[in-house]
Amino acid sequence: MILHPAIIALLAGSALVAFMLLYSSWYGIEVIRKWDLRSGSELQLSLEKKTYLISTMMAYAMGFQLISLFLFVYTADSLCSLFTGAMCAAGTLNVNDFGYPVFLLKLVNFLFGGLWLVLNYTDNRAYDYPMIRKKYFFLIALMPLVLAEVFLQARYFFGLEAEIITSCCGSLFSSSDRSAAPGIFALPVRLSTGIFYGWHIFVLGLGVFFYKTGKGAYFFGIASLLLFFISGWALIQFISLYIYELPTHHCPFCMLKQEYGHVGYLYYISALAGCVAGTGVGMLQRFRHIASLEAVIPGIQKRLTIVSVTCYLFFMLAATYAMVFSGFRL
Amino acid sequence: MSLMVWIEKQRNLIDFVLSSLLRRKGKNFALIAAYILIVFVLASVMFLTHALKREASIVLRGAPEIIVQKMTAGRHDLIPKTYARQIEKIAGVSSAKTRLWGYYYDPLFKANYTLIVPELFKYEEGGIAVGEGVTRAGVTAEGNIMPFFSSDGKLMNYRIREVLPADSELVSSDLVVMSEADFRGLFGIPEGLVTDLAVSVGNPQEVLTIANKIKQQYPDTRPVIRDEIIRTYDAIFDWRSGILLVIFSGALLAFIIFSWDKASGLSAEERREIGILKATGWETSDVILMKFWEGLAISLTSFLVGLLLAYIHVFFTSATLFEPVLKGWAVLYPSFRIVPFISAYQIAVLFFLTVVPYTTATIIPSWSAATVDPDLVMRT
Repeated sequence: MILHPAIIALLAGSALVAFMLLYSSWYGIEVIRKWDLRSGSELQLSLEKKTYLISTMMAYAMGFQLISLFLFVYTADSLCSLFTGAMCAAGTLNVNDFGYPVFLLKLVNFLFGGLWLVLNYTDNRAYDYPMIRKKYFFLIALMPLVLAEVFLQARYFFGLEAEIITSCCGSLFSSSDRSAAPGIFALPVRLSTGIFYGWHIFVLGLGVFFYKTGKGAYFFGIASLLLFFISGWALIQFISLYIYELPTHHCPFCMLKQEYGHVGYLYYISALAGCVAGTGVGMLQRFRHIASLEAVIPGIQKRLTIVSVTCYLFFMLAATYAMVFSGFRL
Repeated sequence: MSLMVWIEKQRNLIDFVLSSLLRRKGKNFALIAAYILIVFVLASVMFLTHALKREASIVLRGAPEIIVQKMTAGRHDLIPKTYARQIEKIAGVSSAKTRLWGYYYDPLFKANYTLIVPELFKYEEGGIAVGEGVTRAGVTAEGNIMPFFSSDGKLMNYRIREVLPADSELVSSDLVVMSEADFRGLFGIPEGLVTDLAVSVGNPQEVLTIANKIKQQYPDTRPVIRDEIIRTYDAIFDWRSGILLVIFSGALLAFIIFSWDKASGLSAEERREIGILKATGWETSDVILMKFWEGLAISLTSFLVGLLLAYIHVFFTSATLFEPVLKGWAVLYPSFRIVPFISAYQIAVLFFLTVVPYTTATIIPSWSAATVDPDLVMRT
């Protein structure tokens, strides 16, 4: 265990987020069991009041969650000098088995949390809370993931012992002799660049189509969820090379550093926001037939589409900028 | 269009919140003062830790890759010069230099000095160069004579030829530089023995292998690798500031409970105000939003003021309050000016340690304030 201020901050922050989620889920169960809008009982009134509390709590929890994602990566990065072989967060996260699972869980939880907020926002627009049970089921399903994150994060930090030999990002994300990256990253770069741009343009097209005609929401939702993974993969496989101007450096963390102008934050935030908004469009499509939401949902979907398309377009332009103005040529 | 409406609504809310906060100056004063104090303490600890780490890394930047010490009965001992010539022959070693240095306690001025012998000393025997801390402690100046007691009790006088400029105050402050002959005379160190060896290695990847070879060739030595020292310093400073944070966590907890209590204990006047707002058409979510802005105003004010005070405390007054705890090893560093540094990372950590707990503590109280029934409040 390394007693570092940021580690204390992260552990305390996660504990608070977990507390807020547990508290919300507790009332979520009560809502699922006893919610009856037609009743005017004392219990129903207090439950209706409680929904305000839970919405507020979740909004805060998700805000904290986003900051903690970056704080976590940054902390891992700043600790790398304590471990032999580690040169950035990639090495530090590899010190024990919990580093990468925590990072992935933080990403997943942020995505799910964002979707929950979209659902909650939409539900609160309607006078009769038509999706209230569904949204609390969703919340309760999300809880184990958040608790797992808190638990694994604690295991990760408590398991850190300085001076353990670990591998640096150079050997984690590259070091295959022929292609630029190993494993699933072994596609020829020309092909993966094609896929990256092709899928981006496809999603942008679907977005514009949906905005104009209101059709194809499911496609747009699924395609933009996939685009999140494709963007992450492209970021590691070839965008990183242009950012670092090195043919062997595939690290997704070094780009968050000052040496590269913190450019990584732009990629991370635009991909995360694009994915939440785009997937949210598809998710809301399921509830479009509900009477009290019929008038509300299309407007929200349109706004989400604008956000998603803008974010992904931004991601693509940033990547293109990196590729065009980099001194590096593949 | 709807965006403009939204912004306009938030603006009006903020306007309302600020004027109502100003109306209740006295009530919020205690809260903000405590909040500022908490931020101030935590920020000071973090700023100072960072500065010390930076200072230590400057010190170590010029250090050799490996330092070889001789060990006798588990204690650091003088090492024969012949070791250096043998070590220099190991492939990969670019040089192995002998070093003479030590500490001297000055009984007259009750101060510790660090004595070193440079490779080339530009003054003749009997001349010394000293750091600024030494001139301060010994109330002396360039050109004066400085007395030392040698190991056999004799009084030796050296003339101060130069006062060293302070590049990194931490190192040069307590330094006394002298010639080899003076050093040997002062401490009675026989010819052929030195304090330790500084081995420099061309390729950083070979450092570990070379250290192992030295250990094999001379089992009575201890090679110390520079990276190990840096890592140890980093860990020690992090650990020290972590310990301080843990100590202050009691205060933090007290503050959280205080702010919870403050937020839930609404005065009758405030309850009536919220009741009237709701009666005039405000919704519960509007009141919650208002409470959000209120919390943000309090948090931001306290956070910024606390941060500013900590910045002044650490970088302009040299962290007078916490210096002894964090600096630790120091004996003779009266004025140690810290180079100002502040980063988004530190602010994010501080935010997580202060604003996040505060906000969490006030969510439930502000919700219960927002859900009061207007008729219930106005009837009382």
